[in-house]
Amino acid sequence: MTKKQKRNLVRIGIALGLFLVCLVLPLEKSSPLRLCCFLVPYLLCGWDVLWNAAVNIAHGQVFDEKFLMAVASLGSLALGEYTEAVAVMLFYQVGEAFQSFAVGRSRQSIAALMDIRPDTAVVLRDGRETEVDPEEVAVGETLLVRPGERIPLDGEVIEGRSSVDTAALTGESMPRDVSVSDQVLSGSINLSGVLKVKTSSLASESTVARILEMVENATDRKAPVETFISRFSKVYTPAVVLIAVLLALVPPLVTGGSFPEWVRRALTFLVVSCPCALLVSVPLSFFGGIGGASSKGILIKGAGYMETLAKARTCVFDKTGTLTRGTFEVTDVHPEAVTTAELIDIAALAEAHSTHPIAASILRAHAGHIDRKRISAVEEISGMGIRAVIDGREILAGSSRLMDEKHIPWKKCPEDHGTIIHISDSGRYLGHIIISDSLKPNAARAMERLRGLGIRKIVVLTGDSASAAEHALKGLPVDRILPELLPQDKVAQVQALGASDRPVLFAGDGINDAPVLVQSDVGVAMGALGSDAAIEAADVVLMDDRLEKLPDAVCIARKTMRIVWQNIVFSLAVKAVILILGALGITGMGHAVFADVGVLCLVILNAMRCLHVRTE
Amino acid sequence: MRKVFKIEVDCANCARKVEEALSKIDGVQEVRVNFMTQKMTLTADDARFDAILKECAQAGRRVEKDFCILG
Repeated sequence: MTKKQKRNLVRIGIALGLFLVCLVLPLEKSSPLRLCCFLVPYLLCGWDVLWNAAVNIAHGQVFDEKFLMAVASLGSLALGEYTEAVAVMLFYQVGEAFQSFAVGRSRQSIAALMDIRPDTAVVLRDGRETEVDPEEVAVGETLLVRPGERIPLDGEVIEGRSSVDTAALTGESMPRDVSVSDQVLSGSINLSGVLKVKTSSLASESTVARILEMVENATDRKAPVETFISRFSKVYTPAVVLIAVLLALVPPLVTGGSFPEWVRRALTFLVVSCPCALLVSVPLSFFGGIGGASSKGILIKGAGYMETLAKARTCVFDKTGTLTRGTFEVTDVHPEAVTTAELIDIAALAEAHSTHPIAASILRAHAGHIDRKRISAVEEISGMGIRAVIDGREILAGSSRLMDEKHIPWKKCPEDHGTIIHISDSGRYLGHIIISDSLKPNAARAMERLRGLGIRKIVVLTGDSASAAEHALKGLPVDRILPELLPQDKVAQVQALGASDRPVLFAGDGINDAPVLVQSDVGVAMGALGSDAAIEAADVVLMDDRLEKLPDAVCIARKTMRIVWQNIVFSLAVKAVILILGALGITGMGHAVFADVGVLCLVILNAMRCLHVRTE
Repeated sequence: MRKVFKIEVDCANCARKVEEALSKIDGVQEVRVNFMTQKMTLTADDARFDAILKECAQAGRRVEKDFCILG
C-alpha cells in the first residue's frame, strides 16, 4: 500500500467512526445541530471530492463523476437526508480506495509472475569481480554467473558447463544443459556450475526486457469489447444525468407530484452515473489474463488477440517444425538377408565421416560406438550417396540412382515417403533405411484438446507431397491436408479458409511463415524464443515449441473472455436494477451507492481470477 | 518519436478522460494512458516533443487533478 492509500484509508476509517457516532446521538430530526454533526464526517471524507468537483466545473467538465457525486450528496443534505449524504461520500471513497488498492495488488502480482529481470550483474573487469546494475554492462563484457543466480543478460558461454532453468521464459520445467559456445538467455536461472558468459546484448534489448515490454504493451492494444465499453461510457454518464434531470422536473410538473420526492429519486441516478465498474474490470481482466499466460510461457500481444483466440473456429498448422520436429530421424529399416542391427551398423560406418543431416540421423539411430579403424576409404558421390571401404569390402549407401549407376538390383520400398537410403555390400543388395521427419510428442493430444475446446476444423499446410504428408500425420485428427504448397500459396490458403470458418488460428514456427502469421486472424509462433522475426510477426508467441501450449492458450483466452463478459453483464444488470428501483422510489441513495460500490468490488475480485490459470 | 512515461492516475475513468483530452492536443499523433500499468505512451512530433509533453501534463491536470507525469 502506498502512503496515499494508507492516508485515505485512515481518513475513511475515522469518517466512518464519526458517522456511526452521529447515528446513535439522540438528535432531533432536521435540526441544525444534527446537520452540523453529520457535516463533520461528510466533509472529512468528502472534501477532496467537493474540491475536485469545483475545479472541474471551472474547467467545464460537467459530466464528471466527482461533480455528480457532489451534486447528489449536497442535494440530499438540502433535502434533510443527512445519513444518505454521508453514506454516499463514504461508499464512494471506499470504492475508490478499493479500486486503487486492488489494481495496485494485481499489478504487483503480475510483476511478481514476471519477476525475471535480475537486479544485479557480476562483471569481470580487469580480472576483478564487480557487481553492477545490468544496465551498465556493455556488449562483449564477461559476466560471472554462480549457481542459483539468474543470468542477467543474453550471451554466449565462454567457460564452464551447467544446466539452466528457462521456466520463467518458456514455462518449460526441464533444465537445459549448456557448455562452452552455447547461447544463454537473460532471465534463466543457472542451476549447477559457475558460468562465464560473454554478453551479446544490452540490458534494454535483452530477451527479458523484450518480454516484459511486450506484456506491458499488450494492454495498450485494445480489444473490440474494450472499445465498445469506452464508447458506452462516453454516452452512459450524460444519458443518466439527462434522465435524472427529466425525472426531477417532468413528473412533478405533469402529474403534480411532490418536488422533493422526485428530486430525491433523481439524485439516486447521479450516484450510479459512473461507469467505473466496467472501465476498471474489463482491462483488469485482460491484464490479468495476459500476465497469467505469460507466466506459462505464452505471450499474447494484445487484448484483441485474446478475444480472437477465444473465438477461433479453424486451426491451421504448418507441418514441418510445428507438428513435426523439423529434424530427420530413422523411422524404418527394411533389411534383406541381414538383421536390422547389422544394416544400421554398416550404414553408420559408411556415413561416419559425413556431416549431412541424413548421416547424422543414421548415426543417432546407431547409438553405439563406431570403430573408425574399420573404415579405410570414403568417397562422397555428390547428390547420390557414399562409397566407403569397410573391412576391405566396398559399401555403397545412397539413393536408387546410385544403385542404378553401380548396377545393383535394388528393391522398391512399398512405403512411399521420406528419404530412402539403399545399402549394398560388394555388389550385393542389403536393404534400405527410411529417414523422415518425426511427429512431436503430444501432437495428437493437443489436437484432441483443441477439438474438445470447439475448434471445428483442423487443417495442415505443407510443402511436401500428399502421400508423404499423409504418412507423417497418420493418427492425427486432421480434417484436411493441403500438400505441395509454396510459402505464397499458404497465405492464399489461409485466406480461403477464413472465408468460411473464421476466425482462423495459424500456428507456425515463425521462420519461413511470417507472411502467413501476419495474414491469419491470430498467428501463433511456436518455439520463438530468440527469433526476433517470429516475435515481430506473430500475435501470440509460445516461448517453447511444445504443442500443448496451444490449447492452453485457447483455454486462458476463453477463461478471460468469460470473466470479461460476466463482469460486463453483472455490472450493467445491477446498474439497470438500481436505476429502475430508484426511479420507482423503492431504493434510496444509500442503497444505490452501496450496490454500486459493491458491484465495483465484486467485478474487481472477479477480474483478478484471470491471473490464475489452471492448465493441464 | 514514441516515448513511454511513468504516470500517476487514480482511476480507470480518469485515465480514459485524460487520454481523450491529450489526444486532442496539437502535435500529438497517438497517446495511450494506461491505468493498469500506470504508464503513458506518447507519440508526437520530434521537434516539439518536450513542449508537447509539457502541454500534456497541463491538459491532463486540467481534466483530472491527480494526474501527473513522473518521467
